Amino acid sequence: MSEKIKVDQLTKVFFKHKEQVMALKDINFSIEDGEFICILGPSGCGKTTLLRILAGLETPSSGHYDIQAKGQERPLQSMVFQEQGVIPWMTVEENVSLGLRMRHAPRKIIKERTSMYLKKVGLTPYKDLFPKELSGGMKQRVSIARAFANDPEILLMDEPFAALDEQNKFILQEELLSIWEETKKTVIFITHSIDEAILLSDRIFLMTSQPGTIKEEVKIDLPRPRQMKKVRSDPKSADVFLKIWNHLQTEVQESRIKHER
Amino acid sequence: MEELSKAVEVEKRDFKRRQRSNRLKQVLTISSPIFMLLIWEFLSQTAIIDPRFFPPPTTIIETLISMGASGELLEHVKVSLIRIVFGFLLGVIPAITLGLIMGMYSSIRHFFSPLIMALMPIPTLAMLPIILIIFGIGEFSKMVTIAASVFFPVVINTVAGVMNIDKVYADVAKNYGANPKDFFMKIALPGAMPVMMEGVQMGQAIALLTIVAAEMIGANSGIGYVIWMNYKAFLIPEMFVGLILISFFGYLFSLLLRGLQSKLIPWK
Repeated sequence: MSEKIKVDQLTKVFFKHKEQVMALKDINFSIEDGEFICILGPSGCGKTTLLRILAGLETPSSGHYDIQAKGQERPLQSMVFQEQGVIPWMTVEENVSLGLRMRHAPRKIIKERTSMYLKKVGLTPYKDLFPKELSGGMKQRVSIARAFANDPEILLMDEPFAALDEQNKFILQEELLSIWEETKKTVIFITHSIDEAILLSDRIFLMTSQPGTIKEEVKIDLPRPRQMKKVRSDPKSADVFLKIWNHLQTEVQESRIKHER
Repeated sequence: MEELSKAVEVEKRDFKRRQRSNRLKQVLTISSPIFMLLIWEFLSQTAIIDPRFFPPPTTIIETLISMGASGELLEHVKVSLIRIVFGFLLGVIPAITLGLIMGMYSSIRHFFSPLIMALMPIPTLAMLPIILIIFGIGEFSKMVTIAASVFFPVVINTVAGVMNIDKVYADVAKNYGANPKDFFMKIALPGAMPVMMEGVQMGQAIALLTIVAAEMIGANSGIGYVIWMNYKAFLIPEMFVGLILISFFGYLFSLLLRGLQSKLIPWK
């Protein structure tokens, strides 16, 4: 295993109405090639900011990050956005092929990869539809297929299932896992759901807010390939859940006390 | 079993009632202009309103047919249409281009918006003398007049259209490596299209307004000229023919643009 992502003393400060907000403070971590990492924390803890920096959409105030490329003509990263990330004036097929088209890949490769991932997420019959005709779950399938089809070094996912109803969420989580098992991409996945993090990840980074820091790291060594049913019935996952829950609980309370003062 | 068939019966009756009311609305939409014309015809024929100023529709249609047969009317219509179409394009194309660039680059937007805001309130017809001085009295000056009046609503709506694009789509494009040209063609232009087309619709209405007024003042051909000259000669039915033609083309253009709109924005 080789190191894929290295983050070193990353800090981000925002100015809001002359007031200074420390969104991220001294973030350090290192991720191995092929790992599935979840970043878990309450809303407003800066986890989206961290992801946006890695996605090249924001610049850090100080510190570095480094994503190892294998030297091919691959994009460094692709992001799965929240539900609105599917572009309404492009068909399902055009959305999935977006990244390949933007970097002007050969037409044959665009066609091959697009139809492969359309098939994987079960959207082939809907490829000519516009997003307005799709359900929320189907839109997120488009978003996931788009990121995988782009074949990046790493995948960044920003709470992609947060807006879905529970049944759909379970189905998509398992689909994501099965595509990931096939491709073995390095993934950073942001969520505020403890269950989701346990089901998906190899390691969970627990974040706390104001300033946003990574407080703790939890290793999940449940066997793979994972399925919702097995993970749920495994007593080990219940222990992990409680551990994380207790941790977040104290965090939330501490920050509340801090704020009331 | 009986309960069920009763329930179905109730729903069926309700469905039929809704269908009937929809059909009634359609009939109302079609019949209102016809109804108006009938009243007009009646009032004019019975001289309740003065038929010298408001000739009955049947007379106007007769006049339209005889004017059309002579071929002269067709010439005026042709002249007006050419002015409208080319003037419209002359205004819309630069307006869309500038609007997209202004929407995408805030520094350019800040430079141009005060100029646009200052020039917009001047009625184009008030500019007509200057336009005549610069471009002469030929056809081109009429097209420029239309272009100037179409330009402002289209440029303003195009800027608004670009600004209205959800920021997340710009993020998606950036994350997936769009270069400026792709961003322009695949994100800014299609994303701005709905609001932009509203501006084009507005521009079309203004173009018609402007050409008729301009032809009344400074032309010796065109539909506006037909209206004005016939009014001066007190040929009232002939004047009404001009009005009918404008109404007809206005309606036709807005139908065409609506068709174009649904072609260009299939995803809305």
